[in-house]
Amino acid sequence: MRYLTARKRAEGRGASHTGTEHHWSMTVSAVGLALLVPVWLYIFGSALGGARDEVVATFARPFPAILTGLLLVVGMRHFAMGAAMMIEDYAKGTTRKALIIGATALAWAVAATGLFALARIAL
Amino acid sequence: MADAKRLPSVRPHARPLSPHLQIYRIQLTSVTSILTRITGNGLIVGTLLAVWWLLAAATSDSYFAVADAVATSWFGDLVFTASLWAIWYHYLAGLRHLVFDAGRGLDIPTAEKLGWACIIGSVVLTAITILLVQ
Repeated sequence: MRYLTARKRAEGRGASHTGTEHHWSMTVSAVGLALLVPVWLYIFGSALGGARDEVVATFARPFPAILTGLLLVVGMRHFAMGAAMMIEDYAKGTTRKALIIGATALAWAVAATGLFALARIAL
Repeated sequence: MADAKRLPSVRPHARPLSPHLQIYRIQLTSVTSILTRITGNGLIVGTLLAVWWLLAAATSDSYFAVADAVATSWFGDLVFTASLWAIWYHYLAGLRHLVFDAGRGLDIPTAEKLGWACIIGSVVLTAITILLVQ
């Protein structure tokens, strides 16, 4: 037997059943990225165009390596959730599910590849 | 038409129809909104190129030579320059979103000023970044 009324269960959670969790998660990652991105752009932009040993030397240093790792994880989560938001607006049914799964998988694959590259360079 | 003339009371005024693509006047606020989505999702392209380039750097000289040739070619320049603008645009539009979320700047004059700030600011920040990392 359910003690909660249907209204009580629904209240504040909306059609998504997760309430404002998605939105709040995007807000948190957005603020994180706002701090990470400018510094990372400078590091990446400076490394781009260099010889391989210069690139490896840059990303072997702790700060660029940790920053890039953070950017990959936070950025790709932010991307996956943002892409899901777009897909939910334009697709429905099985197409929607397939596209969201695809975008999520792509985001994790990019993050994992980048982290693997960083580990190989820095360790 | 003839019916409308005979019975003017049926359709007395030319009432506005739903937005028609040929005469639809786009607004700054809607353009800056959709650009946020386009830049955010489009950034996956630059990310893929950057991560591939980093993976190549981690792997071998020969692999890096291939990826670096692509990343520093005209195509790479195009992707990274477009991505740089996209990330700055998305950055400023994201900050604007935080302002909107706080319930501020929602009146049309302020929203349009913030829209111009995103457009102009993103171009300026792109130029500054390119100058800084050269």
